[in-house]
Amino acid sequence: MTAKKKSKTYTKAERWQDVDVHELAKLEINQRLSAEEKIRLFTDMVRIRRFEGRSLRSYQEGKIGGFLHLYEGQEACAVGTISLLGADDHVITAYRDHGHALAVGMGMNECMAEMYGKHTGCSKGKGGSMHFFAPDKNYWGGHGIVGGQIPLGTGLAYALKYQGKKGCCLAYMGDGAINQGAVHEAYNLASLWDLPVIFIIENNAYSMGTSQARSSAYPECLAQRAEAYGMDWDTVNGNILYDVRAKTYEAIKRAHEESRPTVLEIFTYRYRGHSVADANAEKYRSKDEIADYKENKDPITLLRKQLVEEGVLTEEQAKEIDKAANAEATAAAEFADKSPFPPAESILEDTYWSMDNKGQDPAIDELNQGRFIFEDGGIFDK
Amino acid sequence: MALITYRQAIKDALAEEIARDPNVFVMGEEVAQYNGAYKVTEGLWEKFGDKRMVDAPISEAGFIGLGIGASMLGMRPVMEFMFWSFCYVAFDQLLNNGSFCRYMSGGLMNVPIVVRGPANGGTNVGATHSHTPENLCANHPGIKVVCPSNAADAKGLMKTAIRDNDPVFVMENTLLYGQKWEVPEEEYLIPMGKANILKEGTDISLIAHGRGAMTALEAAKRLEEEYDINAEVLDLRSIRPLDVDAILETVKKTNRVVYVEENKPFSSVGSQIISIIQEEAFDHLDAPIKRVNSIDAPQIYSMPLEKIQIPDADRVIKKVLEIC
Repeated sequence: MTAKKKSKTYTKAERWQDVDVHELAKLEINQRLSAEEKIRLFTDMVRIRRFEGRSLRSYQEGKIGGFLHLYEGQEACAVGTISLLGADDHVITAYRDHGHALAVGMGMNECMAEMYGKHTGCSKGKGGSMHFFAPDKNYWGGHGIVGGQIPLGTGLAYALKYQGKKGCCLAYMGDGAINQGAVHEAYNLASLWDLPVIFIIENNAYSMGTSQARSSAYPECLAQRAEAYGMDWDTVNGNILYDVRAKTYEAIKRAHEESRPTVLEIFTYRYRGHSVADANAEKYRSKDEIADYKENKDPITLLRKQLVEEGVLTEEQAKEIDKAANAEATAAAEFADKSPFPPAESILEDTYWSMDNKGQDPAIDELNQGRFIFEDGGIFDK
Repeated sequence: MALITYRQAIKDALAEEIARDPNVFVMGEEVAQYNGAYKVTEGLWEKFGDKRMVDAPISEAGFIGLGIGASMLGMRPVMEFMFWSFCYVAFDQLLNNGSFCRYMSGGLMNVPIVVRGPANGGTNVGATHSHTPENLCANHPGIKVVCPSNAADAKGLMKTAIRDNDPVFVMENTLLYGQKWEVPEEEYLIPMGKANILKEGTDISLIAHGRGAMTALEAAKRLEEEYDINAEVLDLRSIRPLDVDAILETVKKTNRVVYVEENKPFSSVGSQIISIIQEEAFDHLDAPIKRVNSIDAPQIYSMPLEKIQIPDADRVIKKVLEIC
């Protein structure tokens, strides 16, 4: 084991550091972006924003059930980090998973339809808003229990290392997850075994309605807990896409080249409540605070200004992109609305691999006899 | 046939599957350099090295979750709980991630993991170390649960479990580890969901799983010798999938049933079996079904009292005599 301790004294000033966008733009990792790629990243962020806005409307219309955790305000986190991934890099996140899903390339239609509980959804209506998956895009969810996905992400990294692949896993969590035991167990394993995993804390300042000051013994910096495990760590301004890319790039390099984990804390902000059902979203934080982020720190506005300044994008183009994203989200809602609900029989499908694949291989069937399901509700009687 | 211990049979299964498939690795507390807390993995680290035999820190939620994540990418991890009693600190990983990820993804992913270890009382280790969670685990659709009662089954079921594409929880028994059975020398697999008649009989069916099957078998022998009652003993071998046909068949043959298990009685495996029998073979019953479970209190430490708490042949015989 070759733990590299990075002694870094955290100062509060760094927390919302005024990073210099122009300096960040000069970094090789951002320089290498073509104009098209920059516009693509901007477009992805706008698409997430519009998708979430449309989801909220559908929820209010009663089309979406359960919980709806929106990603508005955090777009640069998912888009910036995922923009750096290659074929052997993987992603796993918590329940605020729409942004990551769109960023890895899942379609609005399948995501919206999933929330509508439709058969055309990415999980055939079996997972809902919190449980999007796309293993073909190296996207492993979408997990509902706070922090529960972090050991899984560590395991994905373990498999990559075992298989001799030069890949890594980005394992995202919210700031509320940092006090879960499973997260710390995963930290220890990742550092102990030199695993290529990057733990990304998307710190939106509130774990549901509880601020860090009320939930964490050392709220000044959550990433710094990495030091207890001999891991490198860094903080990121999540409103600046270039900063997200710059810091994540360093972590990915460390994972690929040294097979070492990193903890990144991305300071970000969610405009909506913890979920749409969060009745107190404007009580545990002030309206002024929310307005300040929207007006002065919005990641999409900041990127738009930067790209316009660089001459990569015009305001007119930006408006067109927004319009197109809005139309795409509206079309996704229509697609979801028109899609059929799954047939009743599908309640039992996808429970066991061996049931779903019965008849494919007699040798496997021979090893899987007997009754698997003990109540079918009579759905096969008709 | 070779006469080998239950422990050796599991070790042989692990060794054969590690040698057969490069994606198989064994991970758990003290499984490698220490040779296994119960010596089930003795010698495997020397033979297969660090990559295939991995010592994990005492961190069940972390390493079980890690194994599940690795299995999503095509690995076939065999995770050891030193005791299944330690599963509770990893329950979120086992049950939310292990059993439900395939379902919640609409079948896009698989979790081909094996989680194994002893799950039994009777060793004077108190309530925290004497859990039998087969009923709790089998309550979660998506998981397969097997409880081998003897060495031959332990080997055959373990190999099947490792090759299976679903999560399989194998519950062993420390009181069986040192006992010997005849085990085939050639390679073999035992199907899940296929019960085994340990003894043919006509007067009553003793249905059981895990070590309960051995207790039932001992009781059956004595019933024959001492009471002239010819009991049939059906060993379920796997809890989920469940060989319902074999259960109904023996009920129809003998018309009387006693279920024997170490589970505590409330919502035990036996509860489920009895529910199925009354629903699907009610007309074939000549007497109420009886059950022999561990006495319904947290597991006691005191040696002679724990002997009373877990099922033994005397208690089985007593229940049989109530309905025969």
